[in-house]
Amino acid sequence: MTDPRIFDLPEADMAWCPGCGDFKILEALKKALADMDMAPEDVVVVSGIGQAAKTPHFMKCNFLNGLHGRALSHATGVKAANPKLTVVAVGGDGDMYGEGGNHFLHTVRRNPDIANFVYNNMVYGLTKGQASPTSPKGMVTPVQTRGVSSEPVNPLALAIVQGATFVARAFSGDVDHTAETMKAAIKHRGYALVDVFQPCVSFNKINTFKWFKDHTYRLGDEHDSSDRSAALALAMETERFPLGILYREEGRPTFEDSLGIYEKDDTPLHRRSPDVDKVRETIDSMA
Amino acid sequence: MASGKDLSVVICGGAGYGVQTVEDILAKVLKRSGYHVFATREYMSRVRGGNNSTEIRISSAPVDGMVDEIDLLVVLSPGVRENIRRRITQNTVIAADRSSVGEEFEKTDCAFFDVPLGEMAKEAGGAVYANVIAAGLVLGIADASTEQAEEYFLSRFGKKGDKIVDENRSACGKGLELGRGMAEKFPDLAPPKKDDTSSRRVMNGVQAVSLGAIAGGCDFVTAYPMSPATGVLAFAAQNTSDFGLAVEQVEDEISAVNMAVGASYAGASPMVTTSGGGFSLMYEGFSLAGVAETPLVVHLAQRPGPATGMATRTEQGDLNLAVHAGHGEFPRLVLAPGTIEEAYSLTARAFEIAHRYQVQSIVMTDQYLLNTFRDVNPDDLIAAKPDKCLMTSGPGYRRYEDVPNGVSPRSVPGLGKGIVGCDSHEHDEEGHVFEDFDLRVRMSDKRFRKGELLREDFVPADIRGPENWTRLVLCWGSTGPIVSEALIDLKLPDTALMRVRQIWPVAEDVVAAVERADELIFVEGNHDGQLENLIRSVTGRSAQGHLRNYCGLQFSVEQVREGLSRILG
Repeated sequence: MTDPRIFDLPEADMAWCPGCGDFKILEALKKALADMDMAPEDVVVVSGIGQAAKTPHFMKCNFLNGLHGRALSHATGVKAANPKLTVVAVGGDGDMYGEGGNHFLHTVRRNPDIANFVYNNMVYGLTKGQASPTSPKGMVTPVQTRGVSSEPVNPLALAIVQGATFVARAFSGDVDHTAETMKAAIKHRGYALVDVFQPCVSFNKINTFKWFKDHTYRLGDEHDSSDRSAALALAMETERFPLGILYREEGRPTFEDSLGIYEKDDTPLHRRSPDVDKVRETIDSMA
Repeated sequence: MASGKDLSVVICGGAGYGVQTVEDILAKVLKRSGYHVFATREYMSRVRGGNNSTEIRISSAPVDGMVDEIDLLVVLSPGVRENIRRRITQNTVIAADRSSVGEEFEKTDCAFFDVPLGEMAKEAGGAVYANVIAAGLVLGIADASTEQAEEYFLSRFGKKGDKIVDENRSACGKGLELGRGMAEKFPDLAPPKKDDTSSRRVMNGVQAVSLGAIAGGCDFVTAYPMSPATGVLAFAAQNTSDFGLAVEQVEDEISAVNMAVGASYAGASPMVTTSGGGFSLMYEGFSLAGVAETPLVVHLAQRPGPATGMATRTEQGDLNLAVHAGHGEFPRLVLAPGTIEEAYSLTARAFEIAHRYQVQSIVMTDQYLLNTFRDVNPDDLIAAKPDKCLMTSGPGYRRYEDVPNGVSPRSVPGLGKGIVGCDSHEHDEEGHVFEDFDLRVRMSDKRFRKGELLREDFVPADIRGPENWTRLVLCWGSTGPIVSEALIDLKLPDTALMRVRQIWPVAEDVVAAVERADELIFVEGNHDGQLENLIRSVTGRSAQGHLRNYCGLQFSVEQVREGLSRILG
C-alpha cells in the first residue's frame, strides 16, 4: 500500500470552512487511491464548480477543473481519449444533480468507466445557502423563503432505474467506510456513483453531522447487491438512509467499449497517428 | 445559359420522390462521361411531401455556383413551389408526367414535354423508378455513356441482387432513349472534352469537411443532430472503424463541447459539428477551451436564425456569432471556406492551427455549401501532416509555462511523469486556481500573444482580377464562387474580387487590399453586412456599396451580376 501523502499538495490554499465534511471526503479519496497503489500521474480528478469541485486543487494528481455541471461530460471525454487513465469525477449535489442533471442522466445510460463521487450536503454552499436539488422539503433559505416546495432528487433511485451499474452511498463521518466504498467504485468497470453525505456547517442547520448519524445505517452482509429490485427498495428509503453498495452489476460494456476503436488496440488517442493514406484512398474511390 | 455552354437542369419533387437519387446518378454518371458537374439542393423541413429541388449544371468546363436560369425542368410530383416557378422562362423546357401534374404548367409560356413517368416506371418494375427514368432522360440529353450508367447501378445496387440492378438499368435505359430524342432542344450544350474529368472526383461539402477534418488529424467527434451540420456527424459515425474515430451523439450541445474539451485535455483531436443554435449553447464550453488552451475545432454550419429560423435553408448570418463566441476574451481562429476544395483544406488547416497554437478554430460553412456536389481535382485537396504538437512531460512539468510566444509546451495525462492541470478559472502555471491580479494580467497576455501568431500565420485571402484594379468586391464563404462567376461575366477592367478566407483574426493581406482600394463593395448572405462591419471596425474603411441576400436561399449568379451592375451604375 502506498502512503496517501503522495497525493498531498502542501502549498494548497484550503478554501473550505473549518469543520466542513469535504475534508473527510478528500482524506478518504487520497486513502482510496493510495490503497490501490495509484500514482498521481495515472489519475485524473475531474470536477465542475462549487466547494466540492475545488477538490483537485487540494491534492496532487492530474486534474481538470471545468464548468458548473459539466464534470461528467469532461470526464467521459477524458476516459474516451485515454481509457488507461483512472478517472474520478467529483462535485457537489448542485453541480451533479442540478446544473448537471441532464448529463447525470445520460452518463448513467452511457456507462463510461469513471467513478463519480458526489459530496451531498443538501444545500448550496459556495453561493451561501440556497436550496439544492437534494434539500429537504420545507427547508427555509434566503431564496426559498417559504420553504423548499419541490420534491428532492433521489439520486440513487434515479441511477438504479436508469441502468447504473454501480450505486452506493457513504457518509463523510466514516472515512474508512467511505474510502472502502470509493475503492470499490474505482475498481468497478463502468459508471460508479457514490453519493457521499456530508454536513455543511455554515448553511445547513437541519442536516447536521448528528442528523446524518441518526438518519443513516450501514447495510449488512445480508443485502445482495446484484438484486436490482432490492437495491431500488433501499434507495427509496428516506427515514433512515442505507450506507454501502446498494447495487453492482459487472460485465456491462462501457462507453469506451462501445466506441469500437479500442477493440483491437488499446493505445490512447494521443499516441496514435491518423491514417492519412486512408483519406486519399477514400477520395480515390469516389466517383 | 450563364456561361454560354452549360446546361442547367432542375429536378423538382416532394420529399420521398427520390430527388437525391437523381442528383447522385447524374453527378456520378455525367462526371464519368467526361462532363464537369455542379449540383446544389434546396429542401423543406419535412420528411415526406412538400416540394424540393436540386439544380445540376452540366458543362464541358468547370462550373461552381448556382444560376437562376433553368434550361430543363424535370418535375417528379405536383406542387412546384414559387421559388422555382419564377425561374421558368420561355427558354425553359419542362418535362413532366401530365397525368401527375395536371394543369400546373398550362399557362406557362414554354415547351412542355409530357413524359409518362408513372406508366414507364410501372413497366420498368414499379412506381419507385420514376426518378431513375428522369435521371436517364437527362443523361440521354447529354448523350452520356450508357456503360457508365450501367456500371453505376451495378456498383450502387449490386449487393441488393441482380433484379434490382436490372430494373434500375431498364428504367434508366427508357429515360436515356427518350432523352436522346430530346437532345436537339439543347444545341448549346457542348460535348465534353475526352478524358477531361477522369482524374477528378465528385465530392459534396459534407464529405469535404469530414475528410478534411480526418486529414487534419481529427479523431474525436461529438454532436447533437442539427441541420445542416448533421451530415458531418453521420459521415464520422459511418467511418468510425476505417479512421479510428471516437464518435458520440450526445444528449445536448453542452455535453458535445464539454466532452470534446475533456477529450482534448487527454490528447484527442476533437471536432464538434453544429449550427448556430447549437453553437450558442456551446459558448460556455468554448470559453473553457479558451482559458484551458485545449485545441478544439468547431464546424459551424450556418442556417438562418434567430432561434429556429428556417431550419433547412441557407444564410451567412453567424459571422458575428463566431468572431464573438464565448464570454471573456481569448484568441480564436475563424475560417470560411468558399469551395469544396477549401472545405477540405481549411478544415484540415483548422486542426493544424488549433494544435500549433493550442487555440480553438471555427470552420464556417452553410447549408448551401454542405449540400453542394462538384467534381474536384484531388490534388487541390491540401492538408499538412497532422501533428498534435505534444511533448513528454517530466516531474516538474507546468502546463501553462509562461514562454515568450505564449505557446506553452503541451503534454497530456499519461504522456510522461508530469502532472497535467487544466482549469476553467484563471490559474497559475500549473493550472491551479489562484486569485492574483498580476497573475491574471500575465496569463491573459500569454494567451493573447498566441493571437498575434494567428495574425502572422494566416490563411491568405483569394484575390482575383486585373493587375491595376481600383475597386474591390469583398465576400466570404459559399457566395464566393458565385460572385466570381458574375464578375467574369461583367468583365470590369478596374474591379478585383477578394474572398476573405480567414475571417478572424483579420490578417495583414486583407487590411492591405482594403487600404489600397478606392472603392469597396461587399456581397454577403445576411441582412446586416457582418463582414462589412468587421472590416470597418478593423480598418476604419466604409463600403461604397453592398449586395445582401437573406431570404433563405443562396444568391444566384444572375442576382449578383444584376445587383453589381445596379450598384456600379
